[in-house]
Amino acid sequence: MEFLSSLISMPWLDYSISGLVIGSIYALMAVGLALIFGVANLINFAHGAVFTVGAYIGWTCLVGLGLPLGVTIVAVAAVSGGVGALIEWLAIRPLNRQSRIAPLLATIGVALMLDQIIHIVFSPTPRALPANIPDWRIAVGNGTIGAIDITIFATAVISAAALYAFLFRTKLGMAVRATAQDDDAAKQMGVNINAVNMTVFGIAGALGGIAGLLVGLYYNSIDPNASFQMMLKGMVAIVIGGMANVPGAIGGGLILGLIESWGIGLFGASYRNLFAFVLLLVMLLFRPNGIFARGKERAAEPMTGTFVTQTKAITLPRPLIWVLIGVAVILPMANMPYITQVMTNAYLYGLAALALTLVSGTVGLVSIGHAALVAIGAYASALLTTKGLPVSLGIVIGGAAAALIGTALAYPAFRLRGHYVAIGTLALGEIVALVILNWEGVTNGALGVFAIPPLEIFGLPLYGTKASYWFVLALMLGMAGLQVRLLKSHLGRTWKAIREDTVAAETYGVSSNYYKGLAFGFAGFTAGIAGAVTAHQWSFINYDSFNLLFSVLILTMAILGGLGNVSGAILGAILVAALPEMFRTLAEYRMLFYGAALVILIRFRPQGLLGSG
Amino acid sequence: MAEPILTATGITRRFGGITAVDGVDLHVAEGEFLSVIGPNGAGKTTLFNLISGQDRMDGGKVTLEGRDITNLSPHKMAEIGVARTFQHGRVFGNLTVMDNVLIGCHVRMKAARSTVPVIGPVLELGKALIQPKAVREEEEAMREEARAIIATFGERLTPRTDNPTYTLSYANRRRVEIARALALHPRILILDEPTAGMNESETAEMQEIIAGLKAEGRTILLIEHKLNMVMQLSDRVMAMDDGKVISHGTPSEVRHDPKVIEAYLGHSSIGGARPAARDNAEPQEVITAGPTQGRIGRTGGAEA
Ligand SMILES: Nc1ncnc2c1ncn2[C@@H]1O[C@H](COP(=O)(O)OP(=O)(O)OP(=O)(O)O)[C@@H](O)[C@H]1O
Ligand SMILES: [Mg+2]
Repeated sequence: MEFLSSLISMPWLDYSISGLVIGSIYALMAVGLALIFGVANLINFAHGAVFTVGAYIGWTCLVGLGLPLGVTIVAVAAVSGGVGALIEWLAIRPLNRQSRIAPLLATIGVALMLDQIIHIVFSPTPRALPANIPDWRIAVGNGTIGAIDITIFATAVISAAALYAFLFRTKLGMAVRATAQDDDAAKQMGVNINAVNMTVFGIAGALGGIAGLLVGLYYNSIDPNASFQMMLKGMVAIVIGGMANVPGAIGGGLILGLIESWGIGLFGASYRNLFAFVLLLVMLLFRPNGIFARGKERAAEPMTGTFVTQTKAITLPRPLIWVLIGVAVILPMANMPYITQVMTNAYLYGLAALALTLVSGTVGLVSIGHAALVAIGAYASALLTTKGLPVSLGIVIGGAAAALIGTALAYPAFRLRGHYVAIGTLALGEIVALVILNWEGVTNGALGVFAIPPLEIFGLPLYGTKASYWFVLALMLGMAGLQVRLLKSHLGRTWKAIREDTVAAETYGVSSNYYKGLAFGFAGFTAGIAGAVTAHQWSFINYDSFNLLFSVLILTMAILGGLGNVSGAILGAILVAALPEMFRTLAEYRMLFYGAALVILIRFRPQGLLGSG
Repeated sequence: MAEPILTATGITRRFGGITAVDGVDLHVAEGEFLSVIGPNGAGKTTLFNLISGQDRMDGGKVTLEGRDITNLSPHKMAEIGVARTFQHGRVFGNLTVMDNVLIGCHVRMKAARSTVPVIGPVLELGKALIQPKAVREEEEAMREEARAIIATFGERLTPRTDNPTYTLSYANRRRVEIARALALHPRILILDEPTAGMNESETAEMQEIIAGLKAEGRTILLIEHKLNMVMQLSDRVMAMDDGKVISHGTPSEVRHDPKVIEAYLGHSSIGGARPAARDNAEPQEVITAGPTQGRIGRTGGAEA
């Protein structure tokens, strides 16, 4: 009833106007992503960071230097365009198109680095972005339009018009369009693909930067933590519009803006991001070619062996493994509680990385939403044990909950391939976080869960640093041992066969969804107990404890060790989670370190340290 | 004539404007060897994709031993015993030769797999972890059998049993594919240009192996451009052009059918090396010998 009355009383016109204004900004973001996808076949995860760069260049010009808005817009376009071109030159071009998922991961690394640099230069707190735009509003029907709305909309339209003039009136623009159509043919016609790529990244950067400035103006506030959210909005818009379709991206941006704005009007602002992700999932599942696509597209060639480069994994000799385990077991005896604690933490990451390396490495579903599984396990155990359930049971139930809920959530995404899996899992991760945030009756909403009982098994307390270290170590080694056993069974080859060539595997009777489900179930259990144990260790968790950065981190660990490689996942976790903690300066610039590690790894050793399994 | 084991009627598949397969009828009896020939783009691969479930037909019906199997999913097709190889080769590159062949055994794994509803997945994981005796014995038996199948290909594959297939030569990868198909114990074996990209001696060797399979009484469907081989192996031949069956009968009937000769000459080139991408590009290599001389050569090994 409440919903119905808000449906009637909602000021539709006002919400539609603000939807179109925000939508025009999303469209600017989306156009850049669509251009890059068309030319380089890549989803640029650094696009959000460029957006933030634009916002801060805008602040520097308007507030710092007191320049007029017109000059500011030009400066923002120039600088963020330069940053975009630089990304192409430094992070994408050297990869030489070695695999389709590699550049995507490289852009994630770049995004982390850019975000951290902005934090260092401008501080991580949001700031105001005042502009001398008159604040009159004129009444239109039963709503109003303000000067700010008109300014933003006009800037977006002019930018789009400039882009069209470039694409259709210049030689370079023609080359860009030819490359987007068919890059091999374009190359044969003498088009310089590198120049085209750089141009496109530059243009996308300029448009993204302008979008950053406009959002800052609209809300009179710029936030250095908004990068990923904005990049996701752009991504949703291009999925709606049909990936490489530039006019489609504009349409997709406007549609997303409208739906979001109406949704906020009906349900409230805390659901803002949920609409985008639900829309994204619905699109991926039912109209993966976008709403403007005509008829069935020709089925794409299967994307097989997308990331796992063909190498033989290094198998550590057994005696060495036993020596390493021995060292790990006696480590707490050295009486360095800080190190013991850091390593306990690293092993928890190790559990999560084990789970991810199974799904992304062995089965080939590159997941950027794995934190969701950890979060489900953490919340299940935390909520049940605070109500009186024994901790040891809570941990098992946490694992089971992550296995079941995680597999059920991911199941619809199993039929997606390549980049779409990455986008789909990313959306799932965000949706789980948003559900946790908004389902206050169960999850305690934004406040999180407090006073989670500390670790114990069957009444035996494991509060001490050493006791919990040994417990977590045993858990990680136990799960790793089970995973090795699974990989040696018929499941190991079946999972790898699905990764290598799903069509051929299906042809030989492998029901790929079922086996993907098995992998997700086992990985979900591992990730779930990792989350549950973490919750009992920390005694406090909230919706942001296991966020996108967490997902990216464990992905970095798995790649560092070698995708699919069990000992590699553990090694990766120790290197990525423990190293920065041991060096103070590294810890301060953690994201910079992670981002650089990811970019360098993918460039120089995509198979990871121990080789992919 | 013997009762057909596989019957297809009125099979049709359209891609946008073109009708790749246009109302094709096909039947094959137990132990029969049927070959399908035709110029590039005739629709042979598409037809087999439809029969073995890789693609969905727009019209038509397929039955296996009287059972309707139209548009069954590929893994169901495998379960009822339809095995096929791929024209462009689709081995699992990072898997060893042994593991590739063992994937072929997948549908016959009874102890390791589980089909119980709801708790089936947990059972299958559990059995994989615990490895009870039945599972271990089954795995060992399958490995033994896989080794025997690999041995059919003699010294070509046996020494490479534990090598990942991406290290193998192109011809060897085609052999692995056939070994994988045999491991399924197929009721129907479908081979799509098994000698594509092979040289003369490799082709002769492959022909011998296929003749051996025929001698075992297997039911085989073959697509092939090398007419010599088709003539020697087939019980019956079907020629296709433009999605339609243009001739059908004994090897010599089809070979001397003017319509077949015209179809090949009309296209002026046969079996030219084509890129792996399914495009409509004109084949680049010309006919090496007229069909009347019985050898339509696929000259290049450019497919690799
Ligand atoms: N997925 C697809 N989408 C669109 N058209 C397709 C597709 N697959 C095949 N075709 C078209 O259907 C027609 C028949 O192709 P098919 O591969 O079946 O020919 P073929 O007889 O196997 O040829 P070849 O001897 O070269 O292997 C061709 O025109 C081809 O371009
Ligand atoms: Mg073919």
